[in-house]
Amino acid sequence: MENHLTEITMTVNGVSVSRNIEPRVLLAHFLREELGLTGTHIGCDTSQCGACTVLIDGEAVKSCTVLAVQCMGQSVTTIEGLAQTTLHPMQAAFREKHGLQCGFCTSGVMMTAIELLKQYPNPTESQIRQGLDGVLCRCTGYETIVRSVQHAASLMSKQELPQEEEVG
Amino acid sequence: MRTAPFEYHRAHDIDDALEWLTRDGDREVKILAGGHSLLPLMKLKLATPTVLLDVQGVSELKGVTMEPGWIRIGALSRYVDLTRDPTVAEALPLLSQVAATVADMQVRNRGTIGGSLCHADPQADIPAAVLALDGRLIVVGPRGERRMTLDEFIVAPFLTVLEPTEILSAVEFPIPSGPQQSVYLKRPHPASGYPIVGVAITANVPTPGHLSNVRVVVGGMGSKAYRAYATESTLNEKELSPETLRQAAEVAITEAQLSDDADVPYHSQLIRTYVERALHRLYGGVA
Repeated sequence: MENHLTEITMTVNGVSVSRNIEPRVLLAHFLREELGLTGTHIGCDTSQCGACTVLIDGEAVKSCTVLAVQCMGQSVTTIEGLAQTTLHPMQAAFREKHGLQCGFCTSGVMMTAIELLKQYPNPTESQIRQGLDGVLCRCTGYETIVRSVQHAASLMSKQELPQEEEVG
Repeated sequence: MRTAPFEYHRAHDIDDALEWLTRDGDREVKILAGGHSLLPLMKLKLATPTVLLDVQGVSELKGVTMEPGWIRIGALSRYVDLTRDPTVAEALPLLSQVAATVADMQVRNRGTIGGSLCHADPQADIPAAVLALDGRLIVVGPRGERRMTLDEFIVAPFLTVLEPTEILSAVEFPIPSGPQQSVYLKRPHPASGYPIVGVAITANVPTPGHLSNVRVVVGGMGSKAYRAYATESTLNEKELSPETLRQAAEVAITEAQLSDDADVPYHSQLIRTYVERALHRLYGGVA
């Protein structure tokens, strides 16, 4: 049973990947060790700290508590998948508003905040704090994290304006 | 942390899942839904199933459907589904409200109502809602289907009557006839977010200031969520006032079902305070 491998195919950051893996490989390990995407961090490994948060089909999920085999056919986005030719507005906002200190939790916080802004494009401070309930910053840098997410919301709403004009 | 090795299978439909469960009696087959209770246990080696049966593709376990007088919620419904589904929010606002208090956004994106009930953690939020809303758990197995209340389903902490060959397929709730008020008030543990106490109350409001069919449920402490029957009696068909609510909360202490390691004065005080506050919130909505 130790060597029982399962073939898995999923899309990671827009690229289809296939591997033969043990079923017990967690998504966090799959991303880091099989694909070398070490931007996804493993903090507590007990589904509490949220540092390992990635998007599965657009939803924020703690990848230390998901088996890679559960993601068969699904689309995973990690921190590496955010920046295109320029930084994602979330990354730009965190840089500008000093949203990271040691940086360990940052990728998980940003992935969580991306889903948060999908739900609340213009969030209140309270909505941000509640939405980020599942990520812990051991530097306790929450004030700047909240400011960064507010700034990201503002950047992203500006980004979307031209598109709306085109539609109108 | 890695789990112990296991075989992994995906069930295509409910019959396929039941077949996997009965195929080999010597092997421990565990059903994997959202995995947010099971995988942490497996990582700690507190659970070491031989086979994991992934049911996420089983359509019979999904979805919310209305039937005359009932609403049926598939066992695979996630907390996030319960908070967003307009049918649930309309018919069972308490369930939506309780689901929204579970853990955090990432966990609510994965964890399921069925998984929570089968895990039977005494500190879970969902059982209190199911008991307060008089839900019926639908269990399917090789001998067909059986329905039971939460009290019948959960035996003790982390122990249910579910046979190794059975699956919890859905929870059905009666749709309240007439205006119903409900409230869930919880004191979350500051670190874990689990309720130290969670009080769920449902009641019909025949006339302003009066309640009937009151169900007061205390969860988060003791071995499982329980109904506070004597507390309910002090409220049913009585003229409500701040004084009757205070008395009801006192009664709730007398029938508290605390765990063996409870800090009795502290937990009793929590029950009284949260029952009284929950009643005030409910009363504020009905007076």
